[in-house]
Amino acid sequence: MTPHMLTRSLDRGATMFLAIVAACGILIPLSNLLLPAGSFFQVPTYLVALWGKYVCYAILALSIDLIWGYCGILSLGHGAFFALGGYAMGMYLMRQIGTRGVYGNPILPDFMVFLNWQKLPWYWYGFDMFWFAALMVLFVPGLLAFCFGWLAFRSRVTGVYLSIITQAMTYALLLGFFRNDFGFGGNNGLTDFKDILGFNVQAEGTRATLFALSCLALIVGFLICRAIVTSKLGKVLIAIRDAESRTRFLGYRVESYKLFVFTVSACMAGVAGALYVPQVGIINPSEFAPGNSIEAVIWVAVGGRGTLAGAALGAVVVNYAKTFFTSGVLAPYWLFMLGALFILVTLLLPKGIVGTFNAWWEPFKAKNGVANEAAEDGVSEPKMAE
Amino acid sequence: MNVMDTRATSAMLYLDGVHVSFDGFHAINNLSLTLAPGEMRAIIGPNGAGKTTMMDIITGKTKPDEGTVLFDGVTDLTRLDETRIAELGIGRKFQKPTVFESQTVEDNLLLALNVDHSVKGTLFWRGSKAESERIEKVLETIRLTDARGRLAGSLSHGQKQWLEIGMLLAQDPKLLLVDEPVAGMTDVETHLTAELLKEINKNHTVMVVEHDMTFVRELGVKVTCLHEGSVLAEGTIDQVSSNERVIEVYLGR
Repeated sequence: MTPHMLTRSLDRGATMFLAIVAACGILIPLSNLLLPAGSFFQVPTYLVALWGKYVCYAILALSIDLIWGYCGILSLGHGAFFALGGYAMGMYLMRQIGTRGVYGNPILPDFMVFLNWQKLPWYWYGFDMFWFAALMVLFVPGLLAFCFGWLAFRSRVTGVYLSIITQAMTYALLLGFFRNDFGFGGNNGLTDFKDILGFNVQAEGTRATLFALSCLALIVGFLICRAIVTSKLGKVLIAIRDAESRTRFLGYRVESYKLFVFTVSACMAGVAGALYVPQVGIINPSEFAPGNSIEAVIWVAVGGRGTLAGAALGAVVVNYAKTFFTSGVLAPYWLFMLGALFILVTLLLPKGIVGTFNAWWEPFKAKNGVANEAAEDGVSEPKMAE
Repeated sequence: MNVMDTRATSAMLYLDGVHVSFDGFHAINNLSLTLAPGEMRAIIGPNGAGKTTMMDIITGKTKPDEGTVLFDGVTDLTRLDETRIAELGIGRKFQKPTVFESQTVEDNLLLALNVDHSVKGTLFWRGSKAESERIEKVLETIRLTDARGRLAGSLSHGQKQWLEIGMLLAQDPKLLLVDEPVAGMTDVETHLTAELLKEINKNHTVMVVEHDMTFVRELGVKVTCLHEGSVLAEGTIDQVSSNERVIEVYLGR
């Protein structure tokens, strides 16, 4: 990223968002570690882990907003990239267990010993090294998105048809990962992690650090997305979203643009998954469930499609509500509430929380003579016409 | 004889014996047409005459079943896709104005400029003085300088049509295909559009499809009348409009 891309991408809203995320990323871990337990300002460890999960979801939402909000690609299978990133991290964590497993096999994870496997499958090689696993976190989702996108976008599969095949993709992966002979722990997935880079995953310090790193990843991901959408490429993406064939007649290779953002987005989702797994302590095939991907799309719609910050906010708000409502007497009704939320947002707040706020704030700002940032931005709220 | 010249024809656009059918319906039937470099040609014809299908063939949206479509004497357009054809220098204005509604007038023109259209080129793009000067010039030509910062979606119908013509200018193609530029325009706007197209024709070859006879008369160029997918008559507007068969197809038999 060149300096001018960075400065261009930072308007007031973006700076504010980054400041809030950075403040949370610094203050929450510090309060957790430094203040005495039980103090009013001390954030308990279970909350750090919970919010760390939300931050990972926010990164996933960001990646969906990049393709849906700006390029009109509605992926209902983004959870697959998230889960693949998670599995790559999970494989590293499994190999770190070593002889501390139930069967004490120095090479083979427990579930392989249990299945009577004699040696490590080739695709598990290298995952004992962190750098290799970290690379795979980006590479595996990226490669799948590239191959999938190459086929789909070249054949000009768009709109609802694309959404359906992304659902099929994540469902196919779900079925595959459920199988024991697939080599990823089947139904149970990967769990019982001991340590990451030598630090105990259960320790408070590790949890606080993982939380801070998740916030950092959110910041970096946000900056990358902003740099993309505020560049000329961002204008081309919006052009594709609004009038695809017109863009083609102007001489743009629409499929290359889609492939580019789709792959970038999948890599981001992979990173989110990789940070998620050590914080929740497990990854299993249910992460591939089509419902998860759809839920992630709802976060983006609630927060505001095509606003980036809104997507992150939506992820946090909806998941906070989920935690709140599923832990009380209302638990059996959560899915109804989620469905109602989606319908209400579509009907009453089609631009989402942040989009509606912007629409309300713009005229007010213009009236008061504040420089019109939105026009310079070149980015406006999309129509909710998917 | 010039051995260097490998061109099959000196025409900017050359269509010969083109056939297209959709599920047995012959949209284009043995269509032959040539457009000389620098020419402006008006295409008229009743609904279903194949005017838009012809443009689809030239721009690569539809592939003909048979026939030759040559651009600039050398390039066989039937083998290329829309992006490649646009890159070669054929610009198209659609019947329904299609501008990028959620972006500003200026950004619409910026997107249309015939500069690096690769992913890498646009990602690391930084504006240049030459580019802004060209946008400035186009804005002036299409009379939208004052509306540069407005969202294209907020423009009036006539302004959108001009913006789209402006986008064609920014693209700076060798050949412009203009589909019904004055549909839904007021008389004043129609007049201004004719002026605009004449201005553009000074540097570009233009093909205009239009129903509005006053407008075609104002352009004062050679007219081709299509009917049932082939050429029915060709000549000046007076010759064509006094042609008995033309009158017959327009008024119905």
